[in-house]
Amino acid sequence: MRNPLTILRQRLAAHREVRADGGTATEAGSILDRDSVRSAPFWLPPFLLIGLFIYGAIIWNIILSLTDFQGLGSPDYSALDFENYVIAFTGGTPSWSSLTVDPVWNAAWNTVVLMVSFSVVCLAVGLVMAILVDQGIRFENTFRTIYLLPMSLSFVVTAKFWLYMYNVETGLVNLILGGVGVGPIEIVQNPDLKLAAVAFALIWQFSGYAMIVYLAGLRAIPTSHFEAARVDGASTIRMYWRVIIPQLRTATVSALVVLTVFSLKAFDFLFSMYGGYQPGPSADILATRMVREAYANGNWAYGSAIAVLLFIMALAIVAPYIYTQYQRGEL
Amino acid sequence: MSTETGRAGERTLFGHSLRRVILYVVLVGMGAFYLIPIETGLMTSIISPETYTGNFPYLPPLEPLVPGTGELSLEPWRGAIDGLGQGLVNSVILVVPATILSGLLGSMAAFGLTTISWRGQIGIYILFVAGIFIPYQAVLVPLTQFWYNVVPLRELFEPLAALPLVETYHWKLLALIITHTAYGLPICTLLFRAHYKKLSDEMVEAAQLDGASIATIYRRIILPLSIPMFAVVFIYQFTQIWNDLLFALTIVQFGDAAVVTQDLVGIGVSQSGTNFPLRMAAALLAALPTLLVYIFFGDKFAKGVAA
Repeated sequence: MRNPLTILRQRLAAHREVRADGGTATEAGSILDRDSVRSAPFWLPPFLLIGLFIYGAIIWNIILSLTDFQGLGSPDYSALDFENYVIAFTGGTPSWSSLTVDPVWNAAWNTVVLMVSFSVVCLAVGLVMAILVDQGIRFENTFRTIYLLPMSLSFVVTAKFWLYMYNVETGLVNLILGGVGVGPIEIVQNPDLKLAAVAFALIWQFSGYAMIVYLAGLRAIPTSHFEAARVDGASTIRMYWRVIIPQLRTATVSALVVLTVFSLKAFDFLFSMYGGYQPGPSADILATRMVREAYANGNWAYGSAIAVLLFIMALAIVAPYIYTQYQRGEL
Repeated sequence: MSTETGRAGERTLFGHSLRRVILYVVLVGMGAFYLIPIETGLMTSIISPETYTGNFPYLPPLEPLVPGTGELSLEPWRGAIDGLGQGLVNSVILVVPATILSGLLGSMAAFGLTTISWRGQIGIYILFVAGIFIPYQAVLVPLTQFWYNVVPLRELFEPLAALPLVETYHWKLLALIITHTAYGLPICTLLFRAHYKKLSDEMVEAAQLDGASIATIYRRIILPLSIPMFAVVFIYQFTQIWNDLLFALTIVQFGDAAVVTQDLVGIGVSQSGTNFPLRMAAALLAALPTLLVYIFFGDKFAKGVAA
């Protein structure tokens, strides 16, 4: 006798197929009986929430960036133009202000430098540490817990810790530099070192994350690959370089996407480190410039235009990633 | 999986152990690198500000045993509790409902988009996933406009302020709760979807054939199986929302509704210079809830961030 569950499942599969290609021509024949509609109470309210707050807000922001909205009052949507984008690229005196406004090139350049240096170093540190942790060590959980600890902290808190570490008179960094006969050096307010100091503190906070991602990637590689390389007589470094690291591509890409997006969000860190909207030109990134223009200077529309540029940067990184994930069926 | 013999290969006893020694030295050294900023902060936070010299920030206050290290005092922590008290209360009012709401709605969305399968759901789901990566700057000005000029939340709260424990400024926290719920939904949905994809279809199919409604399937089958994932999601969301500054800065702006991260930015700075013991105590106090969650549920946190 056949298992009744198997029969039921087959019947259900047939039932599903009707749905899948027909849609309207199901047994019940009613649109209300479709699974998409019947499950709507579950997915529709959350979808409306993100539709309104995320996508609605993005579209609204694009429209705002075309207005002259500045200072108090409310935006005037009757005259839309691309003036803010022209100002963002070339600088000059916009029609909505009597002051000259700087272009965003400096902040854009800093954003790219921070993004690239931060994510590349994070990945490198994370990879080396993942390989070390993967050597069958004792107390592995303790080490992993310590390495990931900074990630549980707020940007605001890490900025306070590093502000103290970097302090000219009492900071540990300068004490160590003094121990080897260098310094003391002004770090936090030094135009040449600011951005590197910010990147270093962010690497401290997030390299543990890269390690966790790589460790999961390493654990997914079958042991036989390690053994085969061993049998071939490859040295440890050669084995990792030629056999193991190429298999970590997926881990690298997903960690890279998350880290670059984190670096675009470094606003909280800079705001806390510099105690306000003014990190100074050599540490100014698009994220801080945008908030400063809108919330400190009241140049709302111009801030929105910078936000659109930031959004496009994020989209250029994320869209290909989501697309390949979709094609691989991994969503 | 990775045993010593499997990966380190055959080595002479001495060579083998030397390798291991170097390995452990590097691992401990890196551990020190990650802990030292927190350790110096902790040591500095228990020094009486009057005796603080800053010469040995990494040492505990051992005056008079070790001169120059300062005297032990809880004054900085008392100052931090005074300075951050209101912010801590506001952060709790914000973070508890926002975490629960985003987790619950995320679970429902993932259920409707995964367990119940229908055509076109992947398109909807992609919009959820893309939401994870939005730089928040791209929505800030509209959000401020929305909460200050479109939705009359403030007027709604003015009569409510007559109730006990409700203040007019709580409208800003409600706005922040809704905002954080909306922006937390994408990652929550992703985490739950990954979990639901692994569940076997048989139970759901059998229940459907038994005539169970979709709501019953969710309540009776999926929800009980989601409890481990709820732990992961709640821990992740709690950390994210507690640690956020940007939304608070642009929606609360300033005033009585300021959350703890906002209060922390300006603490410990005065005309007479920086009070480092107070500032470190405040930083640790603001970080304490997420640190405790991390120390007790670290494995779940790691699961959340690695997804």
